[in-house]
Amino acid sequence: MEAELKELLHDIEALDQSLTDSSHRASIDKLRSHVERLTSLGKSGPIRRLKVQDMSAEVVDSNPYSRLMALQRMGIVKNYEKIREFSVAIVGVGGVGSVAAEMLTRCGIGRLLLYDYDKVELANMNRLFFRPEQAGMTKTDAAVQTLSDINPDVFLESYTLNITTVQGFETFVSSLKNKSFCPSKEGSGVDLVLSCVDNYEARMAVNQACNELNQTWMESGVSEDAVSGHIQLLIPGESACFACAPPLFIILFSISVLFFLSLNIKYVYHKWRCDTYLSPLPPFGLGCGIGVDERTLKREGVCAASLPTTMGVVAGLLVQNTLKFLLNFGNVSPYLGYNSLKDYFPTMQMKPNPQCSNVACLKRQVITLTACGNDKFYLQKEYILAMPARDAALRAKMEAEDLPATEGPLHADNEWNISVLGDNELDSIDAASSDVLPEGLVRELPSADEPQKLPTLEAPLTYIDDLEDLRRQLDALNSN
Amino acid sequence: MEGWDPNTKSTLTHIPLLTTKAGPRDGAAWTLRLKEEYKALIAYTQMNKSNDNDWFRISAANPEGTRWTGKCWYVHNLLKYEFDLQFDIPVTYPSTAPELELPQLDGKTQKMYRGGKICLTVHFKPLWAKNRFIYIFNLSSGEELSQNKAHFGLCLFHGNVSEKISKLLFSSPRFGIAHALCLGLAPWLAAEVPVLVDSGMIKHKDDATSSSTET
Ligand SMILES: [Zn+2]
Repeated sequence: MEAELKELLHDIEALDQSLTDSSHRASIDKLRSHVERLTSLGKSGPIRRLKVQDMSAEVVDSNPYSRLMALQRMGIVKNYEKIREFSVAIVGVGGVGSVAAEMLTRCGIGRLLLYDYDKVELANMNRLFFRPEQAGMTKTDAAVQTLSDINPDVFLESYTLNITTVQGFETFVSSLKNKSFCPSKEGSGVDLVLSCVDNYEARMAVNQACNELNQTWMESGVSEDAVSGHIQLLIPGESACFACAPPLFIILFSISVLFFLSLNIKYVYHKWRCDTYLSPLPPFGLGCGIGVDERTLKREGVCAASLPTTMGVVAGLLVQNTLKFLLNFGNVSPYLGYNSLKDYFPTMQMKPNPQCSNVACLKRQVITLTACGNDKFYLQKEYILAMPARDAALRAKMEAEDLPATEGPLHADNEWNISVLGDNELDSIDAASSDVLPEGLVRELPSADEPQKLPTLEAPLTYIDDLEDLRRQLDALNSN
Repeated sequence: MEGWDPNTKSTLTHIPLLTTKAGPRDGAAWTLRLKEEYKALIAYTQMNKSNDNDWFRISAANPEGTRWTGKCWYVHNLLKYEFDLQFDIPVTYPSTAPELELPQLDGKTQKMYRGGKICLTVHFKPLWAKNRFIYIFNLSSGEELSQNKAHFGLCLFHGNVSEKISKLLFSSPRFGIAHALCLGLAPWLAAEVPVLVDSGMIKHKDDATSSSTET
């Protein structure tokens, strides 16, 4: 192409000289400058910048970090360069996760781990980050392509998997545990996990992994009507885990209030919304003076909305909180909501639930309470310690069946004293640990109905059946 | 519970509930759970057969019982429409419900996530989260029920569900795979198949092949 342009320029020169009539000079000059511009454009091409050994604060055009290092000069951050030692895992590389990944990449984060099983689609183009020509690529591959161009200093690891499956979860956990990037650091192999997924199942899987690894993480979400979102910091044992309380949902001034109150509970973090074929729940909302008949709210399948603005804002809030957490400046928000219709930003703190259904969470809570050594928490601790009663009952079942009791990760600490508190004691715990929600926040799902009642002796559980027998019985039924 | 037909209600009360709270990573406890799953599936299949309402086949596709495959069908205008059915037991099971997949219908309806996972968001997942269904049935007095409902609704509205009330209404037994099929997949098929057929998105296998083969 370069040679052809050169030839074209040569022809133009020849034409110019052969013409005696000067009236064409202007248009020939125009032609010449056009070819010259094309030639210089062709030469500039894509340039990949080289890796940078050390972050420099030098203010020159070619330094990708000068504006970031200026944070130190301004007294905001003590040691910005430390960012290169941090590993951040981003689960879900969608509208929020991809933007968060780009922000961290531009900030010069040391290492990013990306997890997603989805592919880029043209339907994603109303969001930021991915480009139309990347349609069909896996989100992880497309992200690595773009991010490594933007900043080759960042170590990128990508995992195309679904963390909710048994196998995907195992890979996820072992990748978080890999400490080869910074072996001298305590804890797991990453400094923070960012959950940027769009469904409850995946959030619960992240929650499970982080509780087991004692890994601090941040959760993010955008409502399906695209006008509100939230970020939340979760420190196992210290703050509420994702299973401790049903997810919160900002209802204030959002159309969702109607759905919430009539259907009472629903998930909002879904790509697609389906209509309500059947209303499984009694119309609780009617008693609240809203007066909306749930039957009028049945809709034909409606696609969840998304806005690049809301997703960008939530990604920004998430990464801002991440930077504050990692580089130790400002206040790290435990929960920050965002309602764009009223520009309402509620904040709150959620204590862990001593009746949480997640065993790993309860173990973290006990460790935290023990570490703080305050008598005030005696009751709470006792209550949590009583939880293995359920495990003990399970073990009794297994013994009745002559199965070896497992010492798996969930049952390793079964040697706790078993005691069960009465209702009054329970109430006092509730009072102590209940969190008052700020105006406009409601729980998105009902609390799980834990603690479970222990199987009583009047109803002895017998497991005489053999698994193979049962399998054969079902197969027999299936075969005719 | 208006909205659910009486058949579903009575069927549901006859599927055994599960008492072992264990997921696929819980070792021997998962084996216990798996047995309960089988018992519930056997009871449900038997019931369907005796009520002349047989509508699915499902069996574990691996020895661990974490992947299940089979078929389900729905009769619309006297024609039977059959689909492959598959799902994984999620790692956080039974805290989260299995995501039922009908891969052949992937992309044919909006009420589906990628890979053919049917949308259970509104009609089923809240039930799974709470199993409230059962207890509302089991409460004998209608008057007491409506009072409790109102009170519970109010509590939810204020964001502070009283532990006492939730204990009153709900206790421990849990749903399993059979319940997911009964309350999740069955109503989905009943709502979606007629629409898919009427809109021409799916064709009966006899129609589709009638030009080349005989039935
Ligand atoms: Zn918890």
